[in-house]
Amino acid sequence: MHELSIVTSIVETVTESLADYPGARVKEVRLRVGALASVIPESLDFCYGIAAEGTPLEGSKLVVDVLPVVVHCEPCGLDVELDGVQSFRCPRCGTPSHDLRQGRELEIDSFEIDEIDEAKEKK
Amino acid sequence: MTTRIVELRRGILKKNDELAAELRARYVAAGVLVLNLVSSPGTGKTAFLERTMRELKARGARVAALVGDLETDNDARRLASSGAPVRQINTHGICHLDAEMIGKHLEDWPGVELNQLDYLFIENVGNLVCPSSYDLGERIRVALLSVTEGEDKPLKYPTLFNSADAAVITKIDIAGPCDFDREAALKNINEIRPGIRIFETSAKTGAGMEEWLAYLATARATQG
Repeated sequence: MHELSIVTSIVETVTESLADYPGARVKEVRLRVGALASVIPESLDFCYGIAAEGTPLEGSKLVVDVLPVVVHCEPCGLDVELDGVQSFRCPRCGTPSHDLRQGRELEIDSFEIDEIDEAKEKK
Repeated sequence: MTTRIVELRRGILKKNDELAAELRARYVAAGVLVLNLVSSPGTGKTAFLERTMRELKARGARVAALVGDLETDNDARRLASSGAPVRQINTHGICHLDAEMIGKHLEDWPGVELNQLDYLFIENVGNLVCPSSYDLGERIRVALLSVTEGEDKPLKYPTLFNSADAAVITKIDIAGPCDFDREAALKNINEIRPGIRIFETSAKTGAGMEEWLAYLATARATQG
């Protein structure tokens, strides 16, 4: 259950980046989470509401894109996507592989904001 | 109002990863082999480590341990009985160790200098989920599993087993009474982490320890 420390880090990082967009409100934060990242999207969502409270992220939506595991299969010479995380074998030829190419990501992809228009700001 | 999408592409644990990379460079420069031991509570990490440290000391190696625990210093006291320097890290409810905690506890550790050590063991908090996300700069991550836990543990916690460099099965002296299905356990570990070295050990009888110690010596000799 380290989801709270993860969402706290998300809120901090996004808040820092908001310095370039004064007065902006965050509508949505998009994450890229690998199937092997060992975080539970539902728990992230639950903790996110708490961590965002009282920040420019309050009320925003957390969107989690789950990335499947991709391993490199030596015999096939290809990067292949796995069906799940219960078997690390090439789905084409069955060869086991520990050459992981995707699946451990835990990153903020982007966030969406409503900017205050400059014209309006000048009034 | 204008809607704008800001691309960030930033790792959430970037800070930890950077600190871990610094630690890794320090370990290599100091010539110390660092291991991060991860398992459920009750697997026998402490007993296994106690035996490992005692045997390494008997062979003249210089060893030390950092021990993560939610609240107590019981494990640290047990390990200190080996005569090696042991430092407790109380996480106070935090479910894992992170690189910052390790860095902090390596500073001002009375009588311990990294470059005076051959092996540094980090006993993580008993937890199979959260520690797998936090790099501590270790060279070898060890996933431990006892014969009392069920052979499907690797399937239930694939993140940890997949990220491990070595797997240790503990308490094999009681495998019989536990109806431990050895073949299934080995198969499951290999299914999640193809090609991993697996050690079948007993801290009580010493079974499997020779092989494990030889692995440590080789890993140390080939580091950096």
